[in-house]
Amino acid sequence: MYRMRRWVVRHSRAFEMIYRRFEPVLVKLAPVWRRLGYERIEAPVRSVEKAVKGALFDCQMCGQCVLSDTGMSCPMNCPKSLRNGPCGGVRANGHCEVKPEMMCVWVDAWEGSRRMKHGDRIHAVQLPVDYRLEGTSSWLRVVRQQDGTSSSTAKSETTK
Amino acid sequence: MKFDDEPVPGYSLPILPGHVSPGRLERVLRAGKFAVTSEIDPPDSADPAEVLKRAAIFDGYVDAINATDGSGANCHMSSVGVCSLLTRVGYATILQISCRDRNRIAIQGEILGGAAMGACNLLCLTGDGVQAGDHPQAKPVFDLDSMSLLEIARAMRDEQRFDSGRHIAVPPRIFLGAAENPFVPPLDWRPHRLAKKVAAGAQFIQTQYCFDIERLREFMLKVNDLGLLEGPDRVFILPGIGPLASARSARWIRANVPGVHIPDAVIARLEGAENQKEEGKQLCMDLLNEIREIPGVSGAHIMAYRQEHTVAEIIKATGVLEGRVPWYPGRDDPKELNPESSEALLS
Repeated sequence: MYRMRRWVVRHSRAFEMIYRRFEPVLVKLAPVWRRLGYERIEAPVRSVEKAVKGALFDCQMCGQCVLSDTGMSCPMNCPKSLRNGPCGGVRANGHCEVKPEMMCVWVDAWEGSRRMKHGDRIHAVQLPVDYRLEGTSSWLRVVRQQDGTSSSTAKSETTK
Repeated sequence: MKFDDEPVPGYSLPILPGHVSPGRLERVLRAGKFAVTSEIDPPDSADPAEVLKRAAIFDGYVDAINATDGSGANCHMSSVGVCSLLTRVGYATILQISCRDRNRIAIQGEILGGAAMGACNLLCLTGDGVQAGDHPQAKPVFDLDSMSLLEIARAMRDEQRFDSGRHIAVPPRIFLGAAENPFVPPLDWRPHRLAKKVAAGAQFIQTQYCFDIERLREFMLKVNDLGLLEGPDRVFILPGIGPLASARSARWIRANVPGVHIPDAVIARLEGAENQKEEGKQLCMDLLNEIREIPGVSGAHIMAYRQEHTVAEIIKATGVLEGRVPWYPGRDDPKELNPESSEALLS
């Protein structure tokens, strides 16, 4: 929901902290996930992730979350799916060129990142989206990467 | 400027140490000359003569010609088609690729094709949204963004590989460019975003139309502070300018063309003039004169949509080329004439 996700951006620092506590827990539980079987838990985890992140960030389940690098503003809500910053079409009031009723996702991202402790991560160049990962759980992917059982080709250092 | 190691006038030059492309634009910029680029409005036609005619307007006044790629999300002849026609008679071109219409497979093929056809410069763009053009019902692709496009193009050139990792036998020798818009929000992020583009591979920047010198000055100061204008990986910045036809058209552009910032004072100046068209041209010359004085500016990109004939006049009046005559077919050897130039048609 648009209002929700803008509220989140205004509280990006708190969400950054929540995530930084949440990730190690998820990773520590790796033996549990492994015992249950990553393939088996993919569907339920994906549903939970989709519900939570959908409600908070309007998450589009790209499967390679970069929220903590983008001020907690999901770049997949940009009509041009830009992953590296705003285009040159941002309106004078900060709204989107394509959807004039919407605040530019990247204007929000810039605001959000400035409230965050590691907000300077917005300056890192992001890889193009790997469309094979669309619809999969980003959380599990990060756990598997740190657990060393990942088969995925996309890079990411942290859970988002 | 004439290069004494030019094999056949207009054709690819040897690549100098520290250069990446065999093109004249990179030579002019690295030699520290004020470079001028302009853009062709690609025809809605399959007529090659029309392309050559549109290029001939700039003969002797521009260092390279941009061939736009479906600008404003409207259908026209492709950029690679226009570039190929132009390089055949020797013009220096800037191939434009926007991420709106093609995925990474098509784009990488296009980079190889364009480079093989003699395009020495590539401008990597995100592209206007499809809603802005004549096919709003089209699927917006945006598989890459301008940043990842730059990175992929750079890896193709410097690491001789596709994004997949597959080897490229002969890499594209291209000078990489990108766009920036220092005039729209978030203003304080724009210099950092430019730094990100430079990190991704951008070597020259053509900006959106500048009608606000103060914003450009602030932007250039910050860009300089970020250290982007020094060293071997420095970036060359060419602010975009263009003549406005009238106050009415300025208002229309401001309301309808994404990303063009025109201050009220500019519109008021046009409105107060007796001959608005002349005033628009004068305004453009004044801007050019101010822009060339801003430290760190390497040239200008003149976008005179449907007023292409004014480009020569603007350059002549401001004297920014300082007596240089950029190469064009026929400059040194009449036999090399662009078959559609007025000189060729008269003889």
